[in-house]
Amino acid sequence: MQAAEYEVKGNVLVIRLKADLDHHTAVTVREAADTMLMRSRAKNILFDFTGVDFMDSSGIGVIMGRYRQVIFEGGRVGVTGVGKNVDRIFKVSGLYKIVEQYKTEEEAFLRPAKEAFGGAN
Amino acid sequence: MDKFENEMCLTFQAKSCNEALARMTVAAFLTPLNPTLEELADTKTAVSEAVTNAIIHGYGEKEGIVELWCARKGREVFFHVKDTGYGIADIKTAMEPMYTTKPEMERSGMGFSFMEAFTDELTVESAVGEGTLVKMKKVIG
Repeated sequence: MQAAEYEVKGNVLVIRLKADLDHHTAVTVREAADTMLMRSRAKNILFDFTGVDFMDSSGIGVIMGRYRQVIFEGGRVGVTGVGKNVDRIFKVSGLYKIVEQYKTEEEAFLRPAKEAFGGAN
Repeated sequence: MDKFENEMCLTFQAKSCNEALARMTVAAFLTPLNPTLEELADTKTAVSEAVTNAIIHGYGEKEGIVELWCARKGREVFFHVKDTGYGIADIKTAMEPMYTTKPEMERSGMGFSFMEAFTDELTVESAVGEGTLVKMKKVIG
């Protein structure tokens, strides 16, 4: 099973996770995300956790790592489709302090975090 | 041996694809106790952290075997994760939140913190050159 699907929408790289985000999948997601960031004009990242019900500290590493990648260019990281288990990990780790949560992918584009998502519209 | 109502042991190669196997195994082992979804998630997370540590830090680039032992006594469930890899020189420092020896691998340093937060008891035994044994206990219900 593929760990995730990637799509660039405007200046946002949308990463739709398809499997538990653990150390095993973290490695492939990190590599694919960084390649996409390099090759596209995306400066923001939206992680879609819809259907994913497990994440551990390896997932935190991936998200913090991507945050560090985009923050210097003024980019932001958002998450959507976060279920109960993943939400708990986000809360315990304090990740919501640096990552904006959206109820849906559409909302992420309609309600940009500090004007990051959706660019200059 | 008869002090436990049930007991199991799973040994597998130190490969990241087996992290999911370890989680599914503990989840299945817990099922007869009718754990809540939260208890199930907590246990899976704690075991996933310990197994990941064994693979990344215990063996690193080396090949090796990770052992996951689970036992049940009433509402108490015990999980042990063992490797015979490098071992930890300074357990206290290794367990500090956000501490990691592998920042280049984007390790968050939260592994032991999660094991501590999501179980009821955590002890770590380790000797350099011999390996590490992580013992966790979780009370279900």
